Amino acid sequence: MTDASTGRSGFSPAYLDRVGSSFTDFLGSSAPDLLPGRRTLPAVPVGELSPHATTIVAATYAGGVLMGGDRRATMGNLISSRDIEKVYAADSWSVIGIAGAAGIAIEMVRLYQVELEHYEKIEGMTMSLDGKANRLAAMIRGNLGAAMQGLAVVPLFAGYDLDAAEGTSPGRIFSYDVTGGNYEERGYASVGSGSLFAKNSLKKTWRPGLSAEAATHSVVESLYDAADDDSATGGPDPVRRLYPIVYRVDAEGAVRLTDAEVAAVADTIITERSARQDEEG
Amino acid sequence: MTMPYYASAEQVMRDRSEYARKGISRGRSVAVLTYADGVLFIAENPSSTLHKVSELYDRIGFAAVGRYSEFESLRVAGIRLADVRGYSYNRRDVTGRVIANAYAQTLGAVFTEQMKPYEVELCVAEVGATAETDQLYRLTFDGSIVDEPDFVVMGGQAEAVTGHLRNTFRAGLPLAEALAVGVAALATVSSATAANGGGHDRMPAEQLEVAVLDRRRPKRAFRRVVGAALRTLLDPQAPEADAVAADPAADESPQPAHAPSRPEPGTPPGLGDPADIDTAGGGGAGGGGAEVAPATQDGTDGGTGNDGEADRLGDTAS
Repeated sequence: MTDASTGRSGFSPAYLDRVGSSFTDFLGSSAPDLLPGRRTLPAVPVGELSPHATTIVAATYAGGVLMGGDRRATMGNLISSRDIEKVYAADSWSVIGIAGAAGIAIEMVRLYQVELEHYEKIEGMTMSLDGKANRLAAMIRGNLGAAMQGLAVVPLFAGYDLDAAEGTSPGRIFSYDVTGGNYEERGYASVGSGSLFAKNSLKKTWRPGLSAEAATHSVVESLYDAADDDSATGGPDPVRRLYPIVYRVDAEGAVRLTDAEVAAVADTIITERSARQDEEG
Repeated sequence: MTMPYYASAEQVMRDRSEYARKGISRGRSVAVLTYADGVLFIAENPSSTLHKVSELYDRIGFAAVGRYSEFESLRVAGIRLADVRGYSYNRRDVTGRVIANAYAQTLGAVFTEQMKPYEVELCVAEVGATAETDQLYRLTFDGSIVDEPDFVVMGGQAEAVTGHLRNTFRAGLPLAEALAVGVAALATVSSATAANGGGHDRMPAEQLEVAVLDRRRPKRAFRRVVGAALRTLLDPQAPEADAVAADPAADESPQPAHAPSRPEPGTPPGLGDPADIDTAGGGGAGGGGAEVAPATQDGTDGGTGNDGEADRLGDTAS
């Protein structure tokens, strides 16, 4: 492909080197320009020029873990997108949500998805959940320079641990900082501009061992609360039929809840809140 | 400096061909057949972890015979090429032709320029939206590439297997019948069967590595057929419960790490629902939405009970 040192077609030696199962490492040696972390950095902060994605929340429940994200991306004081998707399935057993510079973050998610699939195809088995969390940390670490110029990417990672010991929760959540620090969270976590409010909301509604329905309600409500107080987080939009994106990861794999399901939960929350308003009114 | 004895280019090439052919013919055979829903790979392979058949990309599979270390590095190169292309362009831009061409170039270059040619023969199979668009590329050690219409047989005594398949193969067979046809053809030369001095009436499931590219699956079409599913497919008459009971080692065998979840009771064994998500690495960005569940046996090596078979193999093979 890009390595034409042999002067003929066919696989270059890097391709035929059997050692190593990482797609990122392979790109680093054969096509480094495709990696987000290997580019020349802008000399001045450019954070204001690029869309930023905001609040992501994740919460465990009895059978797994849920992750939700609002649909707004902002650029300075503008709303640059109302329907951006910020939560993705990383593979069949894990999901990733992104906050920060949207362009780099989405590129990172794509790379991460290929990374996991690549490993699986080469090794013939899925990477362990901790392995996946560590690979993501390495990717964030490579972005530190860009983060210093206002292009920080902070993901939230959650997955179903197929190796979980009996009695421990199989749903696990990992949060990150811009330097690639990797922290396993207990119960629930949130990143992004509205995370303060979302976390406070979850603190009041989340309990260990919630059912899937109750946990979905908690997650969507925390996003509602974040949108209430944070201008960069979008609330449910019944007019355009835009609702938060929620993924559920359980023993059956990662599944995106349908818009209808999330809409029903969001509508319940809106009804509850307006009823409360009427009582007070 | 001493000059080597003169050898004509013709002689050199002939010697290399002979060397490669000898190496390949020592191995067991692999058959790749088209069937109604895609492409079926059948390899005679007693190992459950050293695969001869592999997934390359969403709709593309790989089968090889010959020297393991050589086709393994070619397999990895194919996966890398597919993933780099899919990542830098789009998933739809990865085709079997591109990968087969890269293999042909590499094999050809190695054959002409290096002392020792690769002792491998490869098949790159791509499953399309319809049976007409399925592609089977057969690649030989010298880099020649042939687009085969119905089936490809490679490895030791490929001629005999091909001859058998010519008589029995029909296009568009359902999976179980295509498997029966392919296994019967491999059995004619297999050392495991009674006809050739082995201890079995026909090919036992633990001697076979079977996988399909199923066009009905939404994204990653490749899926291994292992364990109870394979036994059931090989012998539809035998009730599955008996098949498992007859294999006590399967129950005791430790579950492989990261084993996918068990399917709901009542789901068909083996291939599962084509609408199922992949066991791992599946749902792409924005994908999903459908209420789906992964079935047991997929890309991960060794599904349920597979390890037990490997253990048992030591006894039966002796």
